Amino acid sequence: MTLLFYLASTVALLATLAVITSTHVVHALVYLIVSLLAVAVIFFVLGAPFAAMLEAIVYAGAIMVLFLFVMMMLNLGQTTEQEEREWLHPRTWVGPSVLVLVLLVQLGRVLVGEHTEITPVEVGVRDLSLLLFGPWLLAVELASMLLLGGLIAAYHVAKK
Amino acid sequence: MEAIPYEHGLILAALLFVCGLVGVLTRRNIVFVLLSLEIMLNACGLAFVVGSARWGHAEGQAMFMMILTLAAAEVAVGLGLIIQMYKRFQTVDISVLNEMKG
Repeated sequence: MTLLFYLASTVALLATLAVITSTHVVHALVYLIVSLLAVAVIFFVLGAPFAAMLEAIVYAGAIMVLFLFVMMMLNLGQTTEQEEREWLHPRTWVGPSVLVLVLLVQLGRVLVGEHTEITPVEVGVRDLSLLLFGPWLLAVELASMLLLGGLIAAYHVAKK
Repeated sequence: MEAIPYEHGLILAALLFVCGLVGVLTRRNIVFVLLSLEIMLNACGLAFVVGSARWGHAEGQAMFMMILTLAAAEVAVGLGLIIQMYKRFQTVDISVLNEMKG
């Protein structure tokens, strides 16, 4: 189990690095799907099977396919890839990366200080739905309204 | 089942989040910016699920579902805006968006 966790973590990290460094949008999308599936494996290992399924179905399935369709609609050609290569000059990414790395080191120091072991207990769909349709009902309704708002806004913005 | 160190899960979430943040800060293609935002949201969800596994509660997973909803709505609106931008400017470079037309 522990080995699976570290293996999936490595895959997720490498695939995410490939996403932010690649020059072709479709390649980046496919790498991101790999990364999301690796995170789904981590969810399984941590005892959250329903979250893992949602990650695979909604993230890797629906959202990434939406991206893919929009990329097909835009039909970006070879010139974009050439531009992309020029934009990925070290001069543009070294500064932000160093600053963000400093923040990461600070966060890492805080996290390394504590040491707790997780023994994964499965928290299944039953506990989750008892929570969501009991005390969290208002949040579920708000989420549905958010989705409706997103639907209408996307339709309106992309139409004209 | 063998145990997994709690802080390793959180550090993985932090690393993924930082990857997304670097992507948002450095890329000029708006599609990559949106993808990096997805990475950051996903890292937040991972942190919530790790917390849920640590305490054995379902709240973290419920919060992950809320983040999933947010990500779906955000992507729908964001992609609509990308389509609109490409129609107007024929490019996906965010540097062309530096002037307002009142």
